[in-house]
Amino acid sequence: MTSELVVVGNGMVGHRLVSALLDRDTTHAWRITVLGEEERPAYDRVALSSYVDGTTAEQLTLPERTDPRLRTWLGDPVVELDRAARSVRTASGRVLRYDALVLATGSFPFVPPVPGRDLPGCFVYRTLDDLDAIMEAAEASIAEPRPGRRSAVVVGGGLLGLEAARALRSLGLSPQVVEIAPRLMPVQVDEGGGALLRRLVESSELAVRCGVSVAGISQERGRLVAALSDGIELDADVVVFSAGIRPADALARAAGLPVGERGGVLVDARCRTQDPNVWAIGECAALEGRTYGLVAPGYAMAEVVADRLLDGSATMTPAELDMSTQLKMLGVDVASFGDAHATTPGALEVVVNDPVAGTYAKLVVSDDAQTLLGGVLVGDASKYATLRPLVGAPLPADPVAMIAPGGVEIGADALPGTAQICSCNAVTKDAVCAAIHDGAHDVPALKACTAAGTSCGSCVPVLKKLLAQAGVEQSTALCEHFAHSRAELFEIVAGTGITTFSELVERHGTGRGCDICKPAVASILASLGNGHVLAGEQAALQDTNDAFLANLQRNGTYSVVPRIPGGEVTPDGLITIGEVARDFGLYTKITGGQRIDMFGARVEQLPAIWRRLVDAGFESGHAYGKALRTVKSCVGTTWCRFGVQDSVGLAVALELRYRGLRAPHKIKSGVSGCARECAEARSKDFGVIATENGWNLYVGGNGGFTPRHAELLASDLDTDTLIAVIDRFLMFYIRTADRLQRTASWIEAMEGGLDHLRAVVVEDSLGICADLEAAMDAHVGNYADEWRGVLEDEEKLARFVSFVNAPDTPDPTISFVTERGQPVPVPIGLPAVRS
Amino acid sequence: MTATIDAGLRWEPACTVDRLMPERGVAVLLGEQQVAVFLTHDGAVHAIGNIDPFSGAAVLSRGLVGDRAGVATVASPVYKQVFDLQTGRCLDEPTVSVPVYAVRARGGTIQIGLP
Ligand SMILES: Cc1cc2nc3c(=O)[nH]c(=O)nc-3n(C[C@H](O)[C@H](O)[C@H](O)COP(=O)(O)OP(=O)(O)OC[C@H]3O[C@@H](n4cnc5c(N)ncnc54)[C@H](O)[C@@H]3O)c2cc1C
Ligand code: SF4
Repeated sequence: MTSELVVVGNGMVGHRLVSALLDRDTTHAWRITVLGEEERPAYDRVALSSYVDGTTAEQLTLPERTDPRLRTWLGDPVVELDRAARSVRTASGRVLRYDALVLATGSFPFVPPVPGRDLPGCFVYRTLDDLDAIMEAAEASIAEPRPGRRSAVVVGGGLLGLEAARALRSLGLSPQVVEIAPRLMPVQVDEGGGALLRRLVESSELAVRCGVSVAGISQERGRLVAALSDGIELDADVVVFSAGIRPADALARAAGLPVGERGGVLVDARCRTQDPNVWAIGECAALEGRTYGLVAPGYAMAEVVADRLLDGSATMTPAELDMSTQLKMLGVDVASFGDAHATTPGALEVVVNDPVAGTYAKLVVSDDAQTLLGGVLVGDASKYATLRPLVGAPLPADPVAMIAPGGVEIGADALPGTAQICSCNAVTKDAVCAAIHDGAHDVPALKACTAAGTSCGSCVPVLKKLLAQAGVEQSTALCEHFAHSRAELFEIVAGTGITTFSELVERHGTGRGCDICKPAVASILASLGNGHVLAGEQAALQDTNDAFLANLQRNGTYSVVPRIPGGEVTPDGLITIGEVARDFGLYTKITGGQRIDMFGARVEQLPAIWRRLVDAGFESGHAYGKALRTVKSCVGTTWCRFGVQDSVGLAVALELRYRGLRAPHKIKSGVSGCARECAEARSKDFGVIATENGWNLYVGGNGGFTPRHAELLASDLDTDTLIAVIDRFLMFYIRTADRLQRTASWIEAMEGGLDHLRAVVVEDSLGICADLEAAMDAHVGNYADEWRGVLEDEEKLARFVSFVNAPDTPDPTISFVTERGQPVPVPIGLPAVRS
Repeated sequence: MTATIDAGLRWEPACTVDRLMPERGVAVLLGEQQVAVFLTHDGAVHAIGNIDPFSGAAVLSRGLVGDRAGVATVASPVYKQVFDLQTGRCLDEPTVSVPVYAVRARGGTIQIGLP
């Protein structure tokens, strides 16, 4: 007999329960219905703040399960629990009967009852929707035509408040943090650490006011004003409340279930409420009266309930209620673990405070100084990963030496086997060592088989230590098929003249390759000029983007980008692109690289689209390749009143020179006609800015995950010298960088950094400049448009079919709807059922 | 074209053998079903479902063919999960798998066995 399980709440903990139960319920005892209030599939709330830095909602989504035993209804919260009838009712009026009910409703942000808290511009910080709203408000305020910085007030200086403030700063606002307690992060950090923390936070451009509260919010001239308890008023475009959370226990309260003193559905060590058919887990549960605002205890509760539902006898153990935390904020290292405030009777504190170095460390030890109880680290939390698992274990060394600068380095061997290495997923050292013994020989493999390091990631350094201790070398090997790094393979291919992957893997590797080494070798072969990238065996090495000379999109269609050198395009060219897009029903969008991207092309349409584009004089834009993308330009002396050089002319020349150049990663460039820098050249791998006397060359910039400004490599160069230095720079990069290493991290990883690079490519310290220039000349001489190459070759064209037995039948899973007048994909085959 | 019945399977013709390139895939449409057919380096032919379970897109035939610890694999071109061509199992997420089809070459034609 199958019983009905209803899970209320599709957050991190509810999601963990469902996965655990699906995995373990081998007899199909349960059918599961998940009812979630949020419209989105379950996502990683711990990593929420990374959303403002460009992590997408898809990337945050937790692995979705498709299973006939599981249904998920999203965007339909439960509004009533009827325990007598054993049913729940949702906002849309659905009534569901249950045999077992699990409440996993999490928490909601607490907003202090100050006047004006509901004004537009006031937000909380809990869900992706909250972040969308905050981002929209930040953008709108920045777009307003008025002078001055845009500012934000964050109410609450705890862990979340600081994360929110950092996020607001990333969005371009100047945040002020207001904390009612005398120091930041009062729950985790003691007074000594708080003082240093404040200094560190302020030096990362966040203003801090402690010991004051917000008395009210009002609206003045379209902006918000936060009045503080000390009489000060702060202007704000955005106010974010982050003043703590409250367990979402309303359903249980209304159904007459007991709640904890400070809220939360009261449960016993089995995570069961007073009603034998109702369980509560995660932040909404008050386990023996206490709630836990972290994900690790919630995950442990989910595991206990999964076990109990299958007639097991698991209970929560005190070790699983670990309240250790680390602030996820770039440049400010804070961690607190175990009994950080020394509340254990007789506990002793050992403090090492170094105001000059900006570090503070405290260990809390038992009265006999034998056992570690907890600690606080500020300014340098690198020891967190090794210290946290030692809580409750005998101290391996003198506690002062353990935290003093230059003191003893605690190795992974000091940890007892039962120590939890990964507290998010409750993985012990024994489990990690067993996995290493069974063949998990790198961090990704350990993540896959133990789940350690997959949540907050703070234990990854210890995983590396354990690997090193087990004698597993962390090699630079490309993958399991080649023991060489990309740079070494490049030397081998260049030195031996090998031209095929088969020969390379037979002579220098093992097996038949994979999605890591094949594209890497394809790129090396292409950089060394081995003809068309789809010629012969090379075709089978290319990632799908290169294999079809277009960019794969989420629904299996491709996008098409013709090259528009320097962003300069004639009206006729624009008309051709418009006509092609219209005739093939493509969605068009202007790219950041000053060209036009056409989306939604099916694989069998690509040749006809390109026939039209090539006939009109367009070429491949290599948007699909790890290759030169664009050289963006401003209008320079041609039009601009300020320009001092012809930036468009140079940009076109550079783009035509380096088009088709394959590299370890994509390469972007820009040219600005004067120091006003309208082309944003300094955000590019190589950027050129005009001076009165010539050109300044900057290298190593990029946008993306970790934005970097390019740095000055050489100044006041004439055009010929400039091109020679760029030739050498690019070829040196192509020869020596790792796979998927952008120029910024390549320079950073180089011994001697930018100075060394300058010595090699400007001063010719290695005597290789002539060789590098000759290699680039060869590339320029051998260039041919890849799309023309396909259109002229029947054999290559034959690959561009939807189905080998029905070459013109469109893939039936692809369909479009119209949004803002253009076709966009209909989301396909997503597992969750939406109402 | 006509289908042959054999061992309880209905053998549908997919394409001629020469349409397969070593270590690449092709997509085949059989009624409603989309099948990805691959020729590996050792001359073996494999057929699995073409739909990538992680993205829902019908693209596995366009993935990179290779091996992991000697097991013939294809990597989804969307989010790069790797699938065992013999069993259809996802090696990066063992609870997920794609269907596997019987496949054979008969008189220069690749045939796929449907139940
Ligand atoms: C910015 C931020 C950073 C964080 N950083 C960390 C960290 O570094 N480390 C750490 O351990 N923890 C961190 N946390 C806390 C962590 O995210 C939570 O502990 C965890 O998400 C709790 O999981 P949960 O499932 O109990 O609650 P949630 O993830 O909040 O899920 C509850 C879900 O239930 C839904 N729901 C509520 N009521 C109903 C209803 N009546 N019907 C249907 N659905 C309902 C909610 O909409 C929500 O989707 C952070 C949280 C935030 C917001
Ligand atoms: S960078 Fe200088 S030359 Fe170019 S558009 Fe801006 S102001 Fe004009």
